[in-house]
Amino acid sequence: MTWLTEFPQIDNGMLRDLKRAIDDGFRNFSRSYGDAIEAVFDPLRHFLSWSENLLTDTPWPIVLLVVGLLAWGASRSFRIVFACVGTLCLIGAFGMWEDTMKTISMILTSTLMAIALGIPIGVLMSRSDRVQSFVSPILDVMQTMPPFVYLIPVVMLLGIGKVPGLIAVVIYALPPMIRLTNLGIRQVDGEVLEAADAFGSSRWQRLVKAELPLAMPTIMAGINQTIMMALAMVVIASMIGVEGLGLPVLRAISNQYFTLGLFNGLAIVGIAILFDRVSQAFGHRLQKHRGGHNV
Amino acid sequence: MSDPIGIQIRNLYKIFGPRGGEFVSAVQGGMSKQELNDKHRHVLGLRDINLDIPAGRIQVIMGLSGSGKSTLIRHINRLIDPTAGEIMIEGQDVVRMPPAALRSFRRHKTAMVFQKFGLLPHRTVLNNVGYGLEVQGMDAAARNEIAMRWIERVGLRGFETKYPSQLSGGMQQRVGLARALTNDAPILLMDEAYSALDPLIRYDMQTVLLDLQSEVRKTIVFITHDLDEALRIGDRIALLRDGSIIQQGTGQDIVLRPADDYVSNFVQHVDRGKVVQVGSIMEPMSASNTNGHAIPEHTTLSEALRQMLSSRLQVIDVNDMANRPVGQLSLERAIAVSAGAA
Repeated sequence: MTWLTEFPQIDNGMLRDLKRAIDDGFRNFSRSYGDAIEAVFDPLRHFLSWSENLLTDTPWPIVLLVVGLLAWGASRSFRIVFACVGTLCLIGAFGMWEDTMKTISMILTSTLMAIALGIPIGVLMSRSDRVQSFVSPILDVMQTMPPFVYLIPVVMLLGIGKVPGLIAVVIYALPPMIRLTNLGIRQVDGEVLEAADAFGSSRWQRLVKAELPLAMPTIMAGINQTIMMALAMVVIASMIGVEGLGLPVLRAISNQYFTLGLFNGLAIVGIAILFDRVSQAFGHRLQKHRGGHNV
Repeated sequence: MSDPIGIQIRNLYKIFGPRGGEFVSAVQGGMSKQELNDKHRHVLGLRDINLDIPAGRIQVIMGLSGSGKSTLIRHINRLIDPTAGEIMIEGQDVVRMPPAALRSFRRHKTAMVFQKFGLLPHRTVLNNVGYGLEVQGMDAAARNEIAMRWIERVGLRGFETKYPSQLSGGMQQRVGLARALTNDAPILLMDEAYSALDPLIRYDMQTVLLDLQSEVRKTIVFITHDLDEALRIGDRIALLRDGSIIQQGTGQDIVLRPADDYVSNFVQHVDRGKVVQVGSIMEPMSASNTNGHAIPEHTTLSEALRQMLSSRLQVIDVNDMANRPVGQLSLERAIAVSAGAA
């Protein structure tokens, strides 16, 4: 009666062969094309190094000044500017300036990539139900697959370093960008779009003059989510050679350094809140036309 | 100023549903809306619409909700594609226009005003009004100048930097109207443009429209469910029910000679004294003496009654625009018509 108590599974030998076949296939693929694929991502690597060097080499007072100015430009609120500069000063005082700059560089690059990929895909998805039903399950997989699992093929292909780390972060942070762009455009008031059509807008004019601006609050929420997800991924990405605040956390886990972990963890929380408040304030300011009294 | 152009709608059918085209012949053969819906899960939007909209006049299309009037107006600029039929404007069939031609047609020949305004909330009044010219590719300085002119014309001077959400409903619809007029298109489509406004502002906006029309002479298609509004502004009125036109003609025709019980029910509450003009109910001249008292043919019935009573007349002459007598009206007939008995 073993077939009742134990699930009838594929023969062990066959299973082993299957796994080996897939592994060998992928290994051969990465051996023969790994260099070529790496070359494709070369510009990305240069950009990452450039932005990281820019942030770490610039004297700290100038970085603080620029952050303060950006925060002011985005939010027009002294409270937010002081909070940003204060948080960074605190992080610097506790000896985490260098790591923080590396992390911020990583987050900015991956967010830019997620926006550059996510908005066009989201727009395509909003155009057709067929594309949506095709892309949605892929996004489900991206969001629920444990990140460690897709780190494996990325590392096999590209080795350890910044670029594979960036790719892992983008895979993790991209879904909300795509989903919320799609949702935002689908929610745009039909009569406004009819009006845009009735005055003879081309498809491009309709997209950039009506759909995207009207979807902007939802898209901004997507950008905010993407930044938060990217920050959450920083620790995991440090396992494959991404430097920054994640690396000390990893070291703290393996050596049971509670305080080291806590400090770096808090620094991640600090810049998360900083990014969140600034991007939200920017989003609200973009929507100033909604602040009227009527309707 | 562009010359007014007319619109001819011929044998227009719209059947909503994935296989609408297959049922046109069945509907032509007499299948009812109910049967189409029950048996085939398709909705009959419009059935055999034939309508000649004269150039430079206001054509009202009236009906209750669900009668297909908003569907019909959206066929004129093809926001909705018909299932069968043709719409001829300047010798061209709108239904058969390829996308680029349709876009150009929408940019230059038609402009539309929407029930819920359809304004772009992230743009100021000025940039909303200039939208039509912007998509045509006109540069900012030129379009702002034209837009400002129309903003002033509809009485919104000083509001051009406001956003739509900062304006009241009536003001938002003025923006919608200014946006449509800025295009200087010969055809103006107004889809229940005033239905969302409260009665006083609605009356006010009707006046704005009539004033403008006396200047610009556009071909206006005006959708409404409000009979008083239809009678006030419409040169011609078409009554729509369940996707078919059940009567078309002037307001006088519809009030005085309803085509069926449905129409007479529709018009029975109309204040005939204010609507009916003596020209529509006068009788042929007879020999009886009217003492030289005469009224123009566009005089309303209640005004005629007032004059006859104050001058104690049993009968009064009716003059045409050139002040020539063309008929006469007896007190008896005037009272009968205003009581709804004739």
